[in-house]
Amino acid sequence: MGETQDLKFLPLDDVHKAAGAKFGGFAGWNMPLTYPAGVMKEHLFTREHAGLFDISHMKLFVVSGIGAAAMLSKTCPIDAAALTLHQSKLSFFLNDEAGILDDLIVTRLGDDRFMVVCNAGNAEADEAHMRDVGRHFNVVIEPLDRVFLALQGPDAAAVLVDAGIGDSGLLFMTGVEPRENWFMSRSGYTGEDGFEIGLPEKDARDLVAKLTADERVMWIGLAARDSLRLEAGLCLHGSDIDPSTDPAMAALLWAIPKDLRETGTFIGADALRAKIAAGAREKRVGLKPEGRQPVRGGAPIVDENGANVGRVTSGGFGPSAGHPVAMGYVATALAKPGAGKLFAEVRGQRIPIEVSPLPFTPHRYVKG
Amino acid sequence: MAKVWYTEDHEWLSVENGIATVGITDYAQEQLGDIVFVEAPEVGKQVTKGDTAVVIESVKAASDVYAPVDGEIVEANDALTADPALVNSAATSNGWLWKMKLADESQLTGLLDEAGYLKHIG
Repeated sequence: MGETQDLKFLPLDDVHKAAGAKFGGFAGWNMPLTYPAGVMKEHLFTREHAGLFDISHMKLFVVSGIGAAAMLSKTCPIDAAALTLHQSKLSFFLNDEAGILDDLIVTRLGDDRFMVVCNAGNAEADEAHMRDVGRHFNVVIEPLDRVFLALQGPDAAAVLVDAGIGDSGLLFMTGVEPRENWFMSRSGYTGEDGFEIGLPEKDARDLVAKLTADERVMWIGLAARDSLRLEAGLCLHGSDIDPSTDPAMAALLWAIPKDLRETGTFIGADALRAKIAAGAREKRVGLKPEGRQPVRGGAPIVDENGANVGRVTSGGFGPSAGHPVAMGYVATALAKPGAGKLFAEVRGQRIPIEVSPLPFTPHRYVKG
Repeated sequence: MAKVWYTEDHEWLSVENGIATVGITDYAQEQLGDIVFVEAPEVGKQVTKGDTAVVIESVKAASDVYAPVDGEIVEANDALTADPALVNSAATSNGWLWKMKLADESQLTGLLDEAGYLKHIG
């Protein structure tokens, strides 16, 4: 799993070692991949109780100043000034061609104060991009050093109440600063109800000790994080979306307000309008392979004549679904269930694969 | 009485009357994690040492299992079709992967015995 010598270590590395984690490299970080329970049990436990994830590889930025909303509305296809206090929104940094540089979540914390949560692998580029655009706005961009934890699953809210944290009255896709130097949102990457909490290392060690003493909580590694998000139909940047894909073909236009698609001036707006007008040649879809054999990212998709009509971008086994699950891109005419016979090529064999609605397991967000 | 050999690639072979039953070691199954699919080898196929004989799919990834010696695949473990997790729960017994007829028994001398394998995984 990559070179280990240049990897960055999580602040709670020792805690994961003590918990028996197996580590591997991901986005430049030495990450817990699995704990002794193993990916299958970790995955199922999260859907039944509450999984605890250390996602400190992800980067939090506070964007503040009287130009903060205007700057974010330039870098992202959102109207940051229209976000209500505490509202979170999934968005993107786009390039001039509307290619997706990163996906991120923006939360409004005050009139002129926003939290931006970015992916680990893009954090440096994201910061450079924000600083570059930020030169034209009255704005301060502050990267935070935080431990970032996610607690996901149906027991997450009750566990946090019993740990003395509570749910801060949060509903899905809202976020607050409940204590000094804390950021807490009701969101996640599993399709379950859950919370993400950024906090100083010392506070994190106290919180982790409380949470892991609760029998409804189990440490969950990156392997199950991936199978959980894939079942939930959520994209992984670098696999399912990247600068060669745009929000239209990635079936993510729902994250962009309709008026902004038409008249927005965010970076990439004109290119995105042109792409929407021309119609996407291929679209991101859920894919269900026939049988038991997982189909992984990178597998070509062909039609019954063997013509290449797409590709798998993420794939594996879905422990809750009970069958292999995947997502990828197929030609637009084939991008709906039953539109045509498709096959994924795996090691010289053709495995029948069908377009399937996403998510594979229903979302259970608490929307109030 | 079958004699058991090991490879540095974490396979075991139990050899009796010129037929080797091949599987992966407990150490290997633990490294792979939860196994969800085993691609059955083609019975009758001639394999050369180092060829991919079987692919094991865990939740995480696909892993090749190589032929440890030359020979002909004579049987696949059909039980793994319905229950691939047998490779996790019984790697060195019911979770065997395939049986092969050895082309040259002298190739076994290049393999590890149990003590040598345990030393290899340290």
